[in-house]
Amino acid sequence: MLNWLTQILEVLAALLAAPLFIGWVNQCRAWLQNKSAPSALLPYRNLRKLFHKEAVLANNASPFFRLAPYVVFGAMVCAAAIIPTLGTRLPFSNAADAIALVGLFATARVFMSLAAFDVGTAFGTLGARREMLVGFLAEPALLMVIFLASLISTSTALPTISEGLATRALGLYPSLAFTGVAFALVLLAENARIPVDNPATHLELTMIHEAMLLEYSARHLALMEWSAALKLFNYACIGFALFLPWGVATGDAPRPLALLAAIPILAFKLFAAGGLLALVETVSAKLRIFRAPEFLATAFLFAVLGLLVHLLLGA
Amino acid sequence: MTSGSFSSLATCSALLAGWGVIGALGLLRPGSVALARRVLFPLGALVGVAVATVAFFGVTGGTEQLVLPIGLPDLPVHLRGDALSGVFLFLLGAASAGISLFGAGYFRAGEGAAPGLLCLQYHLFLASMGFVLLADDAYSFMVCWETMALSSYFLVTTQHRIPEIRSAGFLYLLIAHLGAIAILLCFGVMQGGSWQFTFDAMRAAHLSPAWAAIAFAMALFGFGAKAGLVPMHVWLPEAHPAAPSPVSALMSGVMLKTALYGLLRVSFDLLGDPAWWWGLLPIAFGLFTAIYGVVFAAAQVDMKRLLAYSSIENIGIIFTGVGLAIVFLGVGMTVLASLALVAVLYHAVNHAFMKSLLFLGTGSVLHATGQRNLGRLGGLIHRMPWVAWLTLVGVLAIAGLPPLNGFVSEWLLLQAFLSAHEIPQPFVNMLLPLGAALVALAAALAAYVMVKFFGVVFLGQPRETSLANAHDAGWFERLGLLWLALGCVALGLMPTQVIMWLGRVPQQLGMITEMPAASSWWHLVPVAGRQAAYAPLVFLLAIVVTVGVTLLLVNTVYHRRTRRAVPWDCGFARLDARMQDTAEGFGQPIRHIFQPFFDMKRELPTPFDQQPRYRVEIGDRIWRIAYLPLARGVQRVAEALAWLQQGRIATYLLYSFVTLLVLLGFVL
Repeated sequence: MLNWLTQILEVLAALLAAPLFIGWVNQCRAWLQNKSAPSALLPYRNLRKLFHKEAVLANNASPFFRLAPYVVFGAMVCAAAIIPTLGTRLPFSNAADAIALVGLFATARVFMSLAAFDVGTAFGTLGARREMLVGFLAEPALLMVIFLASLISTSTALPTISEGLATRALGLYPSLAFTGVAFALVLLAENARIPVDNPATHLELTMIHEAMLLEYSARHLALMEWSAALKLFNYACIGFALFLPWGVATGDAPRPLALLAAIPILAFKLFAAGGLLALVETVSAKLRIFRAPEFLATAFLFAVLGLLVHLLLGA
Repeated sequence: MTSGSFSSLATCSALLAGWGVIGALGLLRPGSVALARRVLFPLGALVGVAVATVAFFGVTGGTEQLVLPIGLPDLPVHLRGDALSGVFLFLLGAASAGISLFGAGYFRAGEGAAPGLLCLQYHLFLASMGFVLLADDAYSFMVCWETMALSSYFLVTTQHRIPEIRSAGFLYLLIAHLGAIAILLCFGVMQGGSWQFTFDAMRAAHLSPAWAAIAFAMALFGFGAKAGLVPMHVWLPEAHPAAPSPVSALMSGVMLKTALYGLLRVSFDLLGDPAWWWGLLPIAFGLFTAIYGVVFAAAQVDMKRLLAYSSIENIGIIFTGVGLAIVFLGVGMTVLASLALVAVLYHAVNHAFMKSLLFLGTGSVLHATGQRNLGRLGGLIHRMPWVAWLTLVGVLAIAGLPPLNGFVSEWLLLQAFLSAHEIPQPFVNMLLPLGAALVALAAALAAYVMVKFFGVVFLGQPRETSLANAHDAGWFERLGLLWLALGCVALGLMPTQVIMWLGRVPQQLGMITEMPAASSWWHLVPVAGRQAAYAPLVFLLAIVVTVGVTLLLVNTVYHRRTRRAVPWDCGFARLDARMQDTAEGFGQPIRHIFQPFFDMKRELPTPFDQQPRYRVEIGDRIWRIAYLPLARGVQRVAEALAWLQQGRIATYLLYSFVTLLVLLGFVL
């Protein structure tokens, strides 16, 4: 019973906290850049506004265009249900392991890119191309990170991995350090952050993610924005599950207290991660699009190095 | 299986012969489109369903043998049905059912060969593929193998008046025969001095490790050539686009798998226990093939060539799995070997369904628009919704997205790779897990390719005005597409049953006693609860429920007001179809990143050109490195030998005389 409660609580937490997390990152970034910061609650107001607006569709938009935001959103919600953010005994995590999680992200990406193709504008297709470019480079790197974690804990189920990593003896593991760097790079690239993409611009030379959403408006746009927030939240939580797996309610015996304690711990992790993300984005510059493969190849190499280090040294 | 009067082997052979009869009936009225379309092709589809059904149940039975006293005296035809051939027969029957159904609506007069003749070649092709899978001696195997090559050659060159198609056909025939020679030599090695060419004799023969390795290498070369393994792949992107779409679908979906069947039969059954290091060869070639194929697929602008290169990629993934299974089996890790083998078989069946579906989709597009060039298509989802949405299923499946079938087999293969570090061989256990990285890269690139394919053909604005007249596919074509799309969905949603069914193959090959999968029927665990689980039904349900609830909430809590307007495009008002990304443009990042793979010729306009031209030509580097020098060498040798042809009868008689003398010298 408590497991199901954890599951529902997790999904709700993800849905509610994701926009706040984005708002917090934006706020931190504004502070770091000496701008007057918007409220961290701005994304909620934005979503509310968008849901109330009348949707404007391009004349030649097909049903696929209208379907895609729902599929992307659904994929991100399901992804949130797999990742152990509060507890590791998640009923749904038996249905999909970490590889399926990567598959879910890929599904969302493919639907979003195809939707960007649908209206047939110059920007949309350009964004789709770049998004797929980043995707095909980031996906293997992410899988390598997950492979290392699953080699260590002999499972590809994310909760089991997380539990296995949390109960290991505390110490510095070089393989995890390498993959940690790789994962951080993948997170930046996959979530359209600087240095790969700039979430704050609509300049055609720099944008990837925003270019794909240009034709969306109102409720469709709201879902897409919410999905983007959920994706960032999910990635952050995957990072926590792999590299900071402490503080999550583990074990078979239902312990409501551990679950209750997990909520503030998660909030604190997100608080710190958001600040760190804003810092990284402030100190780095946007890369040219064709430097992005090098960036992601670095991520991939780090992940492979981590794997090799683990296989060679067993550490 | 042998119990009772019902023999699935005999039934299956009769059904395959039935295909031959249907083909022959086509000759009654070779010019009649109506006979072929309305009667013979639907009949062929029915036979396909029957073959699939018999084979499906045959897999769970035992092995059966049959000796037919036909052919040369003292050389009867040996047939044998077991789980391995059953799986491939099921693949053949099920995929061809959809393809024949589609063909019933597709073939029309005035496109090359007469419909009756086409019908004969088509069904002969099907029947010979079936008998290849059942053959139990080298003679009948080779006869069927050659029948398959020849009938498909004639199908490829259906429109033989076009020079490119003739040369594509020639290339196909050439490489098919190079492969056939290697297979023949492989059988020659495997009889092991007994001079018995039945497969039973080969199973019994004891080969020295060196000869066994040679036989395996021959098999890998011969079957690899037929399957399109790099560097023997050059025929594939030429021949597949040249053929009519249902034939492309059969060749890509089914025929390539007969080559896989041959390799599996030789390495796991006839050679008995393979040495572990043999497996490294298919792994290396397979991984290279996978990356090479998908990179080239991304650069293509012809939709059928794109799919052909994508087939090369999938063959690469499949061969990687075969290699992995051999390595595992060689070091005695039988459970993991069967996991890898099941992944291979699963991917083969999946690929048959999804690639056939995509090729048939291009066939409908081709008939509706007359275009194969991606640069002249676009926006067809509005004009051809049936084809577009059914093709989308294939696109998502082949891109390896859950919960469809392509994901399951790649998932299984990755799980097998993840256990590769347990192999008790130094270096290999460290290098093999890195292979997973390349498989993941190939899968991610496949998604890129498929977004390009679907996006350029079906989405966006039509790139030509004539596309406004495109019509959706007819009912037979829709049914064929639907059959294959449903197959993709079913294979994706019921992995446990499929794996238990496929698990009969390693069981019968004596690798394991029982398939250690499946905790419950909807729930897939590959290795004894140690690893992870995947339940596609729950997964799909979760997505559907989330999407449904979101849709409901958004539409009830808020209003549903929608307005249509011109596309915004950042306020740019004069948007036209030429401003969309082209197929070339979409492939550009790949050309940029994987530059060393390509032979690229580029002509860029200067700022002063009155009529600026941008031209880029993509060539296959292997063609230049390997094939052209070879062709030149052969040419030179042939020219050197040409002086033998003096053109005088006396000289030729002298040759015969000298030959006789030499032979006599041997005998005496």
